[in-house]
Amino acid sequence: MEAFALLAQVDPADAKATAAASSAGFAYGLAAIGPGIGIGYLVGKSVEAMARQPEAAGMVRTTMFLGIAFTEALALIGFVVFILIGL
Amino acid sequence: MLALEFPPINEILRWRDLFPTFNKVALISVAAALIAILIFLLAARQDGLKAPKGVRNLAETIVEFIEEQIIMPTMGRSGMGWTPFLLSLFVFIYLCNVPGIIPIIYMPATARIAIPLFLSLLVWVIFIGVGFKHQGISYLKNSLFPPGVPGPLYILVAPIEFISTFLVRPFSLTVRLFANMLAGHILLVTFALLTEELVQADSIVLKPVAILPFFMLMFITAFEVLVGFLQAYIFTILAAVYIGGAAHPEH
Repeated sequence: MEAFALLAQVDPADAKATAAASSAGFAYGLAAIGPGIGIGYLVGKSVEAMARQPEAAGMVRTTMFLGIAFTEALALIGFVVFILIGL
Repeated sequence: MLALEFPPINEILRWRDLFPTFNKVALISVAAALIAILIFLLAARQDGLKAPKGVRNLAETIVEFIEEQIIMPTMGRSGMGWTPFLLSLFVFIYLCNVPGIIPIIYMPATARIAIPLFLSLLVWVIFIGVGFKHQGISYLKNSLFPPGVPGPLYILVAPIEFISTFLVRPFSLTVRLFANMLAGHILLVTFALLTEELVQADSIVLKPVAILPFFMLMFITAFEVLVGFLQAYIFTILAAVYIGGAAHPEH
């Protein structure tokens, strides 16, 4: 990083801020992939279950929200990391 | 061109002290507690034998929601004794979330980590206490060594169960509520800033573009209404699941 800063004639502090900003972006982007797929799959399956058995809709919905809460936590930890290193 | 400068995180979250040790976030949380107490005290003053009306109607709807949607699916009929605790948890978190979208106030009290952290530590202490009260010292054995696992695997399973039950639960409960509300708050700030900058832009071409972030701002505000409710619901239902799981061991 030092050599790169010298080469590009920029302040090391600036280079560090740039690296932090771009890695924060990457961190959040990567953290969002898995939960995105997971929640999509989970809600899709729940809708399928509710359409097949409308009388069980209430129970399916409760379980769905629980599942979403657990899956979403990973993306939110990524968001916290984004705040910690990016801002 | 645009001089878009996102304010540092402290500027959008830290508020001037109204007087030492008491700032706007503390004011919102105190107000949330007082409003909740007021609603239920007013509702309790009405005659319970007549048809409910006004504020009692509201209070009965909330209590019924807690009993039917949160306690029945997770703890069953034996968990009805937990209604007061879960009710106050739900109402307090909801009233702390809602100021995030009320104009002028625009600050969810749960977007600072102190309130979610305290509430989840409370839930943590309670579910461990309930576990020891209902199962005695075998609560540790039941939660660390779940039945139906081949013997040697317990070397792996017991540490994982310990971390996931006693360390990750309060952490994820905190971070889920806190990060959701903080993310919503930052989104609102971002689109409000973008709208303001575009309206004040020099060139005539850029001014009409401001309608786009403005629509996004309205959409996110409507979305935050849903998120504020959903997060209060999820926090309460997870507390119910943890307490129910501690009261009745798996077989």
